[in-house]
Amino acid sequence: MKILEAVNVHLSFGGVAALRDISFSVPEDSITTVIGPNGAGKTSLFNCISGFYRPQQGSIFFRGQDISRLKPPARAALGLARTFQNIALFRGMTVLDNIKLGAHVHTKTGLLGALAYLGPARREEMALREEVERRIIDFLEIDHIRRQPVASLPYGLQKRVELARALAMRPQLLMLDEPVAGMNREEKEDMARFILDIKEEWGVTVLMVEHDMSMVMDISDHVVVLNFGQVIASGLPQEVQKNPAVIEAYLGDGDIATLRRRLNANTEAA
Amino acid sequence: MRIGDAKQSYAADEALWTSTTQQVWFGLLLLSLLLFPFFASPYLLYLACLVGIAVISATGLNILTGFTGLISLGQAGFMGVGGYTVAWLSLHTSLPFPIALLAAGLLSAAIGMVIGLPSLRIKGLYLAIATLAASVFLHFVFVEWASVTGGMAGLSLRSAQLFGLTFHNDFRMYFMIMPLAVLMLLAARNIFRTRIGRAFIAIRDRDISAEILGIPLLRYKLLSFALSSFYAGVAGGLFAYFYRVVTPESFPLSMSIFYLAAIIVGGMGSILGGVLGAIFMTLVPEGLKLLTTAITPIYPQAPVFMSPLLGVVFGVLIVGFLIFEPNGLAEVWRRIRRFFHLWPFRT
Amino acid sequence: MDWLFFAEVSLAGLATGGLYALIALGFVIIYKATRVINFAIGEIMMFAAYLFLSFAGGMQLPPLIALPLAVLGGTILGGVVEKVMIRPMLGESPISVVMVTIGLASILVGMAEIIWTADPQLLPEFLPRDPVFLGEIYLAPKIAYGFLIGATVLVLYLLYFRFSRGGVALRATASDQAAAYSMGINVRRVFNLAWVFGSLAASLAGILVSATGGLSPQSGAIGLSVLVIVIVGGLDSILGALIAGLFVGWLETVAGAFFGGEYRMLATFSVLALILIIRPYGLFGTHEIERL
Ligand SMILES: Nc1ncnc2c1ncn2[C@@H]1O[C@H](COP(=O)(O)OP(=O)(O)O)[C@@H](O)[C@H]1O
Ligand SMILES: [Mg+2]
Repeated sequence: MKILEAVNVHLSFGGVAALRDISFSVPEDSITTVIGPNGAGKTSLFNCISGFYRPQQGSIFFRGQDISRLKPPARAALGLARTFQNIALFRGMTVLDNIKLGAHVHTKTGLLGALAYLGPARREEMALREEVERRIIDFLEIDHIRRQPVASLPYGLQKRVELARALAMRPQLLMLDEPVAGMNREEKEDMARFILDIKEEWGVTVLMVEHDMSMVMDISDHVVVLNFGQVIASGLPQEVQKNPAVIEAYLGDGDIATLRRRLNANTEAA
Repeated sequence: MRIGDAKQSYAADEALWTSTTQQVWFGLLLLSLLLFPFFASPYLLYLACLVGIAVISATGLNILTGFTGLISLGQAGFMGVGGYTVAWLSLHTSLPFPIALLAAGLLSAAIGMVIGLPSLRIKGLYLAIATLAASVFLHFVFVEWASVTGGMAGLSLRSAQLFGLTFHNDFRMYFMIMPLAVLMLLAARNIFRTRIGRAFIAIRDRDISAEILGIPLLRYKLLSFALSSFYAGVAGGLFAYFYRVVTPESFPLSMSIFYLAAIIVGGMGSILGGVLGAIFMTLVPEGLKLLTTAITPIYPQAPVFMSPLLGVVFGVLIVGFLIFEPNGLAEVWRRIRRFFHLWPFRT
Repeated sequence: MDWLFFAEVSLAGLATGGLYALIALGFVIIYKATRVINFAIGEIMMFAAYLFLSFAGGMQLPPLIALPLAVLGGTILGGVVEKVMIRPMLGESPISVVMVTIGLASILVGMAEIIWTADPQLLPEFLPRDPVFLGEIYLAPKIAYGFLIGATVLVLYLLYFRFSRGGVALRATASDQAAAYSMGINVRRVFNLAWVFGSLAASLAGILVSATGGLSPQSGAIGLSVLVIVIVGGLDSILGALIAGLFVGWLETVAGAFFGGEYRMLATFSVLALILIIRPYGLFGTHEIERL
């Protein structure tokens, strides 16, 4: 079963094509990883799926429904949740409020209810707090920072809070844009464990963008390779790794940063 | 010194006043607000009424600008809508004041939403200037639509009415303004304990990611405009009842700037900040007046300098707070409190 | 309709518009280089005009000396303001920085009232007084010569930005701050330079405008028209500032002459509202795309 399917998606910015005729799908209950050199169009692809960018051509289907015309909030309500490559937490809020915000589409207190904060509004807030504490804060081991303003947290924890916020959206498909970039080894291992748990215990399908090859190989069920806005390969991790076009893309484009990162990842894994 | 805040339940943890001490303080504050007019001098009573009105309006602007990040230079215009509504209703109907104030708030909110409409496409300073344009239009309407607004001469009101009671002096006005101010403050505080308040702050901090996380931007921006101008409308209505006259010059551009200054000095995005800022900014001119009266015998020219000096002082306060204490008086207050919490163990 | 009258009013409007364009240019320079919206530009104009009043009226200096001195004063004011008030706000939100300039405006108005009183005053005459005719169309000499001076300076500015080192540094900083910095451009100096140039233009225009319209501490309200101009033209577009300046100057004058003074602002702000609806980032402004 495919949970998400992109068909012939084409996106360009004033003549510069960021995505060309992209088609791929995400199997349900999988961890699917999109890899590719910097500038390949991975984040743009995520943005098309969340509805922040509107592709000029092509369609995106979620559980068989064409969501191409839906606005981002409607897509969130369907169960599309994500994190961002450059952390996009709300800096004026505490960790707890950031996470609660993720549940926005699943709560319904209206203006008058909020002003009065009696009965239903209060009950909804309490239920939300309870859920967030029990399912997310405990799970991600961030109970010690729940009252802190997010701006004061170290980078690794911020990434974790972003994951928490995405989980509060009660995702069906969780999209993670470079979840371990810039983390130290221990943080990376924690994050990999969380992602596996989310798939296995929560039954949430994961679609992620990641550069860290050892992690990609370890936890992905399915890999899609993007280069210059095109899908150049997809399949099982081991297959993709051996694909000549992929090796060419990584070695051939002279992207030193990517190359170095990949080599590091391999030596670390070894 | 108070120690420990291990909470028994999430409900206790989410309460407004998280400790008994705080509840007691809040009770005492309410009590003193209630008793104040029986002991205060007429002048203090007058000031308290002004502060109450300013607190309501500043809180409204804070919701829009401080919490939602939409700068408005139209606050005075919205207050004007409320003021004229109340004035017109007072002259043409005998509605009790709560209904008139509600109407003032609602009309102002409706106009606020119309003015907020461009906020979907334009942001930041462009939006600020759109609100400035709106206030120019409103001013034009106040002046030109003479059959309703009385033109340049404005409208004189009858006193506010409720159940045969007339609110013809500051003592009675106090009991109209202050409970409303307290109520509207609590309501504003409540908003930010719920999803709506969180959505506002999210829009302020990072609107595009807020949208991807499920917040319909236009709806919430309009909601913020509506709420904020509702507060402004009610404040304008109270203003009209208090002075019993409204003219186009009652709501000048400088008033919008006054309220922006109030939330900056007090602390943007903090309910307490709005209150402190409104109090402070209302009292500064009075302080200057006192000073002027004091030195006039020595320096008879002093009254001439009073009003320009006020402009200078406002300006210096705005600039000074922005540079040296961007979180405003609310932050100063927090620091003082922290000091006393830990006292005498740490400084 | 009296076409001759219309032509005269239009011409006067365009000439005023030329001065508006000069102020708007000053505004755009500051915005392009530093991304600061300067709400105090009208007050800087007003301040320079008062300086001129003091030099030429109070101290009886000849206008040819008083004018440059006053412009220098306004320019220094701009430079100092940048150092003292704007620089500490580097990296703060645009709202905060704008509020600083609003605070500055309030300070300047108050100070002008304290120093020069609140009463409107007339500047001493310093422009030639013989009537100017373009064919049959009469143009008030003050407006005509004001326009000439303003236009000359405007052209000098444009040449400067095109060809001089400072101009190149300014443009480089405007298009990419980080890149300019890494190329060895002293970005802080450029910021200061932008404020200096912006205030210079505003000061000169302030004196020329006040020469026709009179002067009071509230004269800075002209800054509102300038704000409209730069929004209509596009905050970061010099061409936009020029065209919108001429247009708004024309529109205000015509609206004022045909419908009465209270319609001036209404006309200006109606154009503003229209532009915000159909082209939110102005006629020639660039819309910065946000990324995630
Ligand atoms: N908003 C935008 N405007 C213009 N170009 C963009 C925009 N977003 C992305 N691009 C371009 O699209 C290409 C793909 O970028 P991106 O999706 O961020 O790549 P990746 O995430 O794979 O590193 C890049 O060339 C980038 O410059
Ligand atoms: Mg990316």
